[in-house]
Amino acid sequence: MSMHAKVKSAVTALLPVLVFAGGAVLVLVMLLLLTGHSPGPALAALARGAAGSGYALSSTIVRSIPLALSGLAVALAFRAGLLNIGAEGQLLVGACAATAVGVALRATPGVIAIPVMLAAGAIAGAGWAWIAAALRKRYGVLEVISTIMLNFVAINITGWLVRGPLQEPTRINPQSASLPLSQQLPIVIPTTRIHVGAVVAVALALGLWWWLRATASGFRLRAVGANPLAAASAGKIDVSRTAMVAFLISGALAGLAGSVELTGVTYALYENFSPGYGYTAIAVALLARLNPLGVLATALLFGALEAGAGAMQRDAAVPSVVVSVVEAALILMLVAADRWQSRAGQRLATSL
Amino acid sequence: MTTSGAGAPSLLSLRGVTHRFGAVGALHDASLHVRPGTVHALLGENGAGKTTLMRVAFGLLTPDQGSILVRDKPTAIASPAAALALGIGMVHQHFTLVPAMTVAENVALGGRGVFRPQQAAERVGEVATRAGLTLDPLAIVNTLSVGAQQRCEIVKALARDVSLLILDEPTAVLAPAEAADLLQWLRTFASDGHAVVLITHKLRDALSIADDVTVLRRGRTVLAARAGDTTQDDLRRAMVGTEDNSVRLVGGDIGKRAESTTRTDTERAAAKRATEERTASERSDVERTDAERTSAVRADPERADAERTAAERTDVERTDVKPSDAERDVLRTNDVYYTDARGAERVRGVTLGVRRAELVGIAAVEGGGQHELLRLLAGRLMPQRGTILAPARLGFVPEDRHRDALMLDAPVDENVALRGAGARHGRIPWATVRHDTEQIIAARDVRTDGPSAIVRTLSGGNQQKLVLGRELANTPDALIVENPSRGLDFQATAAVHSALREARDGGAAVLMYSSDLDEVLLLADRVLVMFNGTLTEVPRDRDAIGRAMLGAL
Repeated sequence: MSMHAKVKSAVTALLPVLVFAGGAVLVLVMLLLLTGHSPGPALAALARGAAGSGYALSSTIVRSIPLALSGLAVALAFRAGLLNIGAEGQLLVGACAATAVGVALRATPGVIAIPVMLAAGAIAGAGWAWIAAALRKRYGVLEVISTIMLNFVAINITGWLVRGPLQEPTRINPQSASLPLSQQLPIVIPTTRIHVGAVVAVALALGLWWWLRATASGFRLRAVGANPLAAASAGKIDVSRTAMVAFLISGALAGLAGSVELTGVTYALYENFSPGYGYTAIAVALLARLNPLGVLATALLFGALEAGAGAMQRDAAVPSVVVSVVEAALILMLVAADRWQSRAGQRLATSL
Repeated sequence: MTTSGAGAPSLLSLRGVTHRFGAVGALHDASLHVRPGTVHALLGENGAGKTTLMRVAFGLLTPDQGSILVRDKPTAIASPAAALALGIGMVHQHFTLVPAMTVAENVALGGRGVFRPQQAAERVGEVATRAGLTLDPLAIVNTLSVGAQQRCEIVKALARDVSLLILDEPTAVLAPAEAADLLQWLRTFASDGHAVVLITHKLRDALSIADDVTVLRRGRTVLAARAGDTTQDDLRRAMVGTEDNSVRLVGGDIGKRAESTTRTDTERAAAKRATEERTASERSDVERTDAERTSAVRADPERADAERTAAERTDVERTDVKPSDAERDVLRTNDVYYTDARGAERVRGVTLGVRRAELVGIAAVEGGGQHELLRLLAGRLMPQRGTILAPARLGFVPEDRHRDALMLDAPVDENVALRGAGARHGRIPWATVRHDTEQIIAARDVRTDGPSAIVRTLSGGNQQKLVLGRELANTPDALIVENPSRGLDFQATAAVHSALREARDGGAAVLMYSSDLDEVLLLADRVLVMFNGTLTEVPRDRDAIGRAMLGAL
């Protein structure tokens, strides 16, 4: 690919993100006007909160890490044609497993404990996804249904754990004991809260992007997503095996998002551990057109929105739920755009 | 160019329709006049705009320019619902039925009000009976044969009281007997003061039942005439055109050569055969400078046949020298049985051998077990009993390329890489794949913007050429093809045929099933008929084959 083509493809990849960012601002302005807030100061507060200072930037990045990891999980599953809506549940069981392992490894040095905790999160996430994958393989249960249902199971398991086996020693608060310093992810940029998870997310995005593009196994995953019948017939690809592998990797990524969030940000497990990261991840993945590198960009966009929402509430007294409305509007815009695009595609195809 | 019917009363009249959407299938000043009580054949090659024009008439597309008159009144047709309200119905090439629903439910879909199963079934039964179509209203669509599904589509339109029925390539999916029935039925339907527009590129169909003919080329109406006033040659010339790029390159003698070829050939399939030979030779002229090849293709088909048989004979003798006789069969099945997932025994004790450099054709009506047999040989199905011998290097071209062969939303090169992807390890050498893709594009004359073009943007013929090119890329020892030219136009069909001959002449064992008997007779060295799961060898005689296909041997 020539340099020019590279630049061009980067622009085409980023363009939707920019367009949607613009759309988000527009929706936000309308909402502010409707609710009687003056858009100027509110938007300024949002911008300050998202990128106005070193601290703001760092909180944007920190918020985008779990979104990026679970967004990668969703993107990978969708690329394989699997509608994994269960990143939320997989993320939660990942955090639960990491907490349990952390408790068990309290005395172990962090160099060992942290990797084991992260791995435990990934394995638990993969295991949680495996339930849905096995149900689909054996009984033909649609994964859209089973993964959503498993989310509720995971939420309730988390609630039970923080009041039972994993509750902190004083037994007062429904949460786990704080992680010891040795089990907390190192900070990569001093004086900020940006932890190693950022590096992990970027590395995984690059790795997945390369894997899907360059390797035979990554290509099989895409082929199965593009047309499972042709993949089986023309490519002699083992479709159900490929789908199973994709489902497990997707679950592992979401589980990792949970263990990274636990060891990097919250340092404790509690009931509302995830403010819906696993659901926002679907929007992150779709907005990124299921491209792993795009996921990094869209995760930052959503991270900025959420970081800015806090500042907007503090400084301009605009309820932060407004941002949730904006996020929802973004998803609707996206669906509408996709629909429009696929219609155009269909028209093109059928008119040939 | 002739224009007919401009003043006559018309049921549907499209005038000066222009629709710029994509380079292929766009319309430039296309027109069509359908008289009541007639069957109107709309002819043209793939990508000529036939379907696009009819999508305009059915309200699926809004033209940029031009006018639509229904019963001589200017009208705008904004949606299929509006078209149906005006009495215009369309049966698409790819059916739009819900497989899990009954016929009655499918017909009721899109209606308003309360759905009452009993009444709906009665109404469907009534419409079908009145129209003289055999159809069980309570049958689940996915249990129906293709022919019955098509009748279901027709009844769907008739239930809305349409007076103009548009059918897009309706005979492409039907067995010969079913196709004949359908055409007969269309005649009857039209004679009741209704009208039929038949999109087709089968000249024989067109001339046998149509009253009027309109030919589109590159989005323009190039010929409109009464069927009686025109000949297959006129139509063919209008469809292919004389200013076609691929032809112009050759020089000025195309018309002459075409005529002479046609004159010398007096066989039953004469006209069709001649076209194929002609287009094949034109293509070769463009593609190759290799004089020998060109002259071989250009030669009188009769002689070419003789030469081929001779070559084959020497070939057999050569292989005879080999120690083992069994080695002669590249593809072989021995007493193979296959029962499908629903428990129906589709293949019953089939024993078959295809030698190298031999093209064996299978003729059969739908449901004879031919699809299963081909898939058993191609390694896509496993038999319950019997042995199958097939080489590792085997190409398979399934009839439904969209479903079984291509990733439509992926680029051309990824579709090439799909072959063998199941067994690949490590990295995919994309540079090599791209190079191979470019070679396939050049060798098979695939019209595309290049290896990065999305396959969906290619026309059906070019998609098929791509699939064939991919399956032939590593010169396989055996090639299995199923309805290889289904839905393709002349030039693409000729390209596919010459690719099959080339593979055979190059030493591959080729096994082909085609629902088009002409195609089997044209290409096959030996003809086998499959009926009800069993295979019989039949002499190359149309009537004998026809009888065997219906099980009356």
